[in-house]
Amino acid sequence: MDLENEDKVENNNSEAGTEKSKTEKVLTLSTWVVILGAWYIVTKLELFSPTLLPPPTEVVTAFFKLLKDGYNGIALWVHLGASFRRLFIALGLAIITAIPIGLLSGYVSKVKAIVDSVVEFYRPLPPLAYYTLLILWFGIDDKSKIILLFLAAFAPIYIACISAVRKINQDYILSAKSLGASQKKIFFKIVLPACLPEIFTGIRTAFGVAYTTLVSSEMIAATSGIGWMVLDASNFLKSEVIFIGIFIMGISGVLIDAGLRFIERKIVFWKGKV
Amino acid sequence: MSQEEVLIETKNLDKIYGTGEDSVLALKDINLEIRRGEFVCVLGPSGCGKSTLLKTIAGYIEATNGQCLMQGEEIEGPDWHRGVVFQSSTLYPWMSVKDNVEFGPRMRNLPEDEIKEIQEYFLEEVNLSGFGDKATFELSGGMKQRVALARVLANNPQVILMDEPFGALDALTRNDMQKLIHNIWKENNSTIFFITHDVDEALSLATRVVVMSKRPGRIIREFNVDFTDTLFDENTKFDDSSQRVEYEDEYFKVKNEILDIINNQV
Ligand SMILES: Nc1ncnc2c1ncn2[C@@H]1O[C@H](COP(=O)(O)OP(=O)(O)OP(=O)(O)O)[C@@H](O)[C@H]1O
Ligand SMILES: [Mg+2]
Repeated sequence: MDLENEDKVENNNSEAGTEKSKTEKVLTLSTWVVILGAWYIVTKLELFSPTLLPPPTEVVTAFFKLLKDGYNGIALWVHLGASFRRLFIALGLAIITAIPIGLLSGYVSKVKAIVDSVVEFYRPLPPLAYYTLLILWFGIDDKSKIILLFLAAFAPIYIACISAVRKINQDYILSAKSLGASQKKIFFKIVLPACLPEIFTGIRTAFGVAYTTLVSSEMIAATSGIGWMVLDASNFLKSEVIFIGIFIMGISGVLIDAGLRFIERKIVFWKGKV
Repeated sequence: MSQEEVLIETKNLDKIYGTGEDSVLALKDINLEIRRGEFVCVLGPSGCGKSTLLKTIAGYIEATNGQCLMQGEEIEGPDWHRGVVFQSSTLYPWMSVKDNVEFGPRMRNLPEDEIKEIQEYFLEEVNLSGFGDKATFELSGGMKQRVALARVLANNPQVILMDEPFGALDALTRNDMQKLIHNIWKENNSTIFFITHDVDEALSLATRVVVMSKRPGRIIREFNVDFTDTLFDENTKFDDSSQRVEYEDEYFKVKNEILDIINNQV
C-alpha cells in the first residue's frame, strides 16, 4: 500500500517488440524464401520419395483441386467452417465466463477459494487426457469438442485475470474511493479496464492453446474439420493434402492472432503508454 | 483563523506497521488540528511518517491508537469529502481528461448537465480548457497533476490532501504549480493539507507549517506563517525598502529555524 507506484515500466516492452524495422522484415522474408527454395530444390533433386515430400508445385495444384472438388466430396470451407465453429464457440464461452469469474476471484477471496483449486487441478493436465471422458459423456460430436476447447481456453484467461487484479495499481482504487466510487462502480470502472491489457494477453494465449487442442481432438475423433482432413490424408498417404492442411492451420493461426492483436490495440489503446 | 471550524482533528494518534519483531512505529502521539480555510504544510525527514499521517486522514489505513476525526466524527474509510492528490498522477488512462475530471461527480450521481458544467469550470481553473478530449498519456507531468487537481476539486471536498504533489516536477513547472494551487486555494476557500520535502515550498504556500521529527514521527513544532499572499500576489508593493528587508528577514529567520530543527535531529 505504498503511495509510489512501481508499475510504470510494466507494459512497455510488449508493444515496442512488435514494431519491426526494415532489415528485420527483409530477414523474415528471406527466411521463408530459403525454406521454400530448399523445399523446391530437395524435391527437384528427388532426394526423398514424392509420397513423403511432395514438390511445392504439386501441393499448389492439389490445393486448387481441393478448392474446386473439396476433400472426399466435402468442400474445403466446410472443413474449415467446422473447425472454426468449434474454436470460436469455445473461445467465446471461455471469454464470457473466465473474465468475470477470474476478476471476481482476484477481487473476492471467497470466490477464489471455490474456483481456484479446480482450475489449478485441471490446468496442467493435457486436455486430451480428459477428452476421452468428455466423449463418453457428451458423444463424439461437436459438444464434447467445444467443452474440451472451452476448458482449455478457460484456464489461461482466468489466470490472467487473477494476476491482473493482483498487479493493479492500488492508488487507482484508493483514488476512486476518495472520489466517492462504490465497490461496484470501482469493479466496473476501474478494476475491469485496468485489467484489460493482461486479459487480452490471456485471450491470445487461450486461443493458442485452444487451437492446438482443436486440431488434436479432430485427429482423435471426428468426421470433419481441418485436423480430421490431415489425419485422413495421412491414412491414405496423400502427403500434399497434409501439407495443405498444415499450411492452412499455420496461416489461419497467424491471421487470427493478428486479428486479436488488432482488436487489442483498438480496445486497450493505452497499453504501453502509461 | 483560530475561530474557524475544526475540520480534521487527530488525538494522540499512533501508527504501528506490522506486529512483533518487525513492527515499525511510524507515528507517535500526533495531535493535529486542521481548520477550515487553512493551508497546512507538513515538513519532515524522509521516512518520518508524513505519508502515513496523510493515509490515516484519508481513511486508507487505520490508526493503531488514538483517534482521527473529521468534523467530530471518526474517519472510517475514504470519502469524497477528503480529496487526495498523489505524488504520481493516478489519472485513469482508459478515460479521457474530461472523463477523469467528471469521475467524482458522476460517481455521486449528479445530473449530467451539472457534471459537464463542473468539468468545464475546473479544467478552466487549472488552465486546461480545450484539453478535455485528450488522452491522459498525451499530457506532460505538470498537466497531469493539474488534471488530478481538477478531478479532486470537481467534488468540492472539505479538505484536499496532497502528498508531495509537485515532487516529480521540474523546478519551473513546480513554481507554476505552486502559484496555481495558491490561487485555487484563495479562490475556492479550500482547506489544504500538503506534504512536502521542500522548506521553501512549505513557507511560500502555508498558513501553518508543521515540522515532524524523524521516525517515529512526532510533531516537533508548528509555525504560523503568512508569506504566501505577499509572495504570490502580483500587486504586492512594499512601501519602502526597509519594509521589504524586514519581510525577507522574517522569512529567513523562520526558514533557518525550521532547517535547524530538522538538521539537529539527524
Ligand atoms: N505498509 C507499510 N508496512 C510497513 N512499514 C511501512 C509501511 N508504510 C510505511 N512504512 C514505514 O513507515 C515509516 C513511515 O513511512 P512514510 O511513507 O509515512 O514516510 P514519509 O515521511 O512519507 O517518507 P517520504 O518522505 O520518503 O515519502 C517508514 O519507515 C516506512 O518504512
Ligand atoms: Mg511519503
